[in-house]
Amino acid sequence: MSIGAPTSDAGAREPAAADAPLVSIRHLKTYYPIRGSFGQRLLGREAGYVKAVDDISLDLARGEVVGLVGESGSGKTTLGRTILGLVRATSGEVIFDGREITAMSERQLRPVRREMQVVFQDPHASLNPAMTIEESVGHPLRIHKIAKGVELRRRVAEVLATVGLSPPEQYMDKYPSDLSGGQKQRAVIARAIVLNPSLLVADEPVSMLDMSVRAKILELMLYLKRELDLTYLYITHDLATAKFFCDRIAILYLGRIVEIGPSDVIYEDPKHPYTKALLRAIPEPDPRRSVPRDLPRGEVPDAARPPRGCSFHPRCPLAFEVCGWEPRDLADLLEARWALQPEVEYEAERAIVGDLSVLATEETTVRLKASAKDGGPAIARFLETVRADDPGNPFWKGVRKIVPADGHVDLEMFEPLAPRQLAVGTSQVECHLFDDDALAEGRKRGLERDST
Amino acid sequence: MTDTPIVSVRDLRVYYGTVRGSVRAVDGVSLDIGAGEVVGLVGESGCGKSTFGRGILGLLPEGAASNGEVIYGGRNLVGMSPKDLRRLRGPDLGLVFQEPMTRLNPLMRIEDHFKETLEQHESNLTDREIRRRSLETLGRMGIPPTRFRQYPHEFSGGMRQRIMIALALVLRPKLLVADEPTTSLDVIVEAQILAILADLRETFGTALLLITHNLGIVAEACDRVAVMYAGKIVEEGPARDVFIEPAHPYTKALLSSTISLDTEELHSIAGAPPNLIAPPLGCRFHSRCPDAMVVCGWKDPVELQLGEGRRTACWLHGPAEEIPPGETAPLERTELAVAEEA
Repeated sequence: MSIGAPTSDAGAREPAAADAPLVSIRHLKTYYPIRGSFGQRLLGREAGYVKAVDDISLDLARGEVVGLVGESGSGKTTLGRTILGLVRATSGEVIFDGREITAMSERQLRPVRREMQVVFQDPHASLNPAMTIEESVGHPLRIHKIAKGVELRRRVAEVLATVGLSPPEQYMDKYPSDLSGGQKQRAVIARAIVLNPSLLVADEPVSMLDMSVRAKILELMLYLKRELDLTYLYITHDLATAKFFCDRIAILYLGRIVEIGPSDVIYEDPKHPYTKALLRAIPEPDPRRSVPRDLPRGEVPDAARPPRGCSFHPRCPLAFEVCGWEPRDLADLLEARWALQPEVEYEAERAIVGDLSVLATEETTVRLKASAKDGGPAIARFLETVRADDPGNPFWKGVRKIVPADGHVDLEMFEPLAPRQLAVGTSQVECHLFDDDALAEGRKRGLERDST
Repeated sequence: MTDTPIVSVRDLRVYYGTVRGSVRAVDGVSLDIGAGEVVGLVGESGCGKSTFGRGILGLLPEGAASNGEVIYGGRNLVGMSPKDLRRLRGPDLGLVFQEPMTRLNPLMRIEDHFKETLEQHESNLTDREIRRRSLETLGRMGIPPTRFRQYPHEFSGGMRQRIMIALALVLRPKLLVADEPTTSLDVIVEAQILAILADLRETFGTALLLITHNLGIVAEACDRVAVMYAGKIVEEGPARDVFIEPAHPYTKALLSSTISLDTEELHSIAGAPPNLIAPPLGCRFHSRCPDAMVVCGWKDPVELQLGEGRRTACWLHGPAEEIPPGETAPLERTELAVAEEA
């Protein structure tokens, strides 16, 4: 098809080899600027960035289904949108069928967009309530000037039948409000495939649907993949549905792929502590299982101020000396302790350590000032009490030393090491537990700490 | 159950008036909830489970009419004056909704939310006492005292839901109704909240009615489960027994359509739930039921006791003497289109 073919070189098509990946993502970064105060905005200064996608590389082979799994804030949706060109990449490359698309203009992107389509989470919000199903599903054909009139109606009918909305005449003149949730999602999928794309990005396509229809929509998507030779990027928080759908699964945490591997390996032999936690948390309709208690603490941290070292370290039960323990983790530890204490004890302990806001630093060493002139030793004693009450808490592995002086205490943490992506079997994992160098460094630091 | 239940619902009906006719959202439902018990109420969207939860608390919207009995402390809450109901809601019957963001006042500190709630219902408490009770309840939900004076926007979604639960529990209700309390939360946070809810009995002695569409949640957290379909409870019993050996074909279908890590094959339930303005004759599930018999198409099923604390309403379980001769033959049905679905 030559309609709207771009004239500039950037969009010119180099014939991609048949065995080349359909999509190849290289060191992709998508950062969102944080708008600071009014004054900063006035001066055009940024207050920092949220690294929604932070150096991700990933290939999608033709016909492959890759799952992007993570909690909210993991960057999975931003990654999907960056691949589609809906969000501008900060740096890195997205090579789609031989063409680098992150640098393309809107105009150059338009013909490429015909080949990559998206299905969003909420079928109720994805369809214009004022358009009939025929208008909605036929809209892409009109926009790309591919069909109109009788031909458009014929193609819409065809695609509606393909997605199971048959007989199509029964649905074409209906409005979204006349359809059930499952039927709407079928219409959304019909609109996505009407241009005969090669890539379909499905962002939580079944999570808003009732349990009773989820299986049907997943089956429809698998059927379409076979019939239409589609390649899928399946974005979800739900490892249970991904199991049925994906050839490979990438686990995302705060903008990075912490583990990626073949689906069966991810389920049978998860490596990263975060992957293990996600799997454990899925509710099972098996009454012999009770609610899991050994869950990671807390929630996904603020992406504007990600933890140092490995982002997962504050929630990780296995984090050790090199994982990035930092002063603000002490604040979390104390808060968790105080939540369980009677008010009087909390007030007393709080008075000893004083203001916790000094812990909110990026530094490795922090000075806790005592309110009394000679209160330093009291803070040190208090910290030792906290340690003695829960010596197994992995935070203490990250403490290099606690140095008391008259009026303050210096809390010195070990320097964080950033985890490297390592091949472990058929998976790639970003975790120090699989890195012999990091383990050796951890042992060395442990000896140093214990000798002081 | 050996003790008398705290809440005993008998033949509750809730109808909504609409322009097309009245919707029978809850149509003759009976359910007992014992002290400290965790009961799950499951079903597809539109089955009436949320309406039932609100019906118990007398929190129905305008245009809804209810009759039947909700017996709490020897009194029937159906038909009680709004003033008397308000007095019971909170100290006796608590409620937790989904979407915690929309339920906390963004302009009020967490402290003030608790103050307002406690002053409303226990006006004799001193400020000191209010603070102690609030901090203790929040602490058990994992919210540290350092954050007592913060505003709702300073908390994550999971923490906001913990605050909502604490806000209901600070009044020490006998029963807490939680309507999809984890739906908008991440998996790990969902599991954290469920662990808290499953422990309510030990920590607060509160009974819980957990309304959800997710059977996995019920299996892990509940003592008993009631399965609702098209305004009626089709099966009820100890969660363990119901999940291991479901009696009603709808329960079976719902269980097999749940996608979990143990799922080996995808299953779905054909067809869509019926229109509740003019519900079908006979068993309301008959048009979607793989085991439907002739009798199911016209005669209302009879509720049967199946051993200790278990009941179901399905002709497959009898009573045989009430099925006319020859009517156990399979029901002939029109083929369902692929897209006839929920």
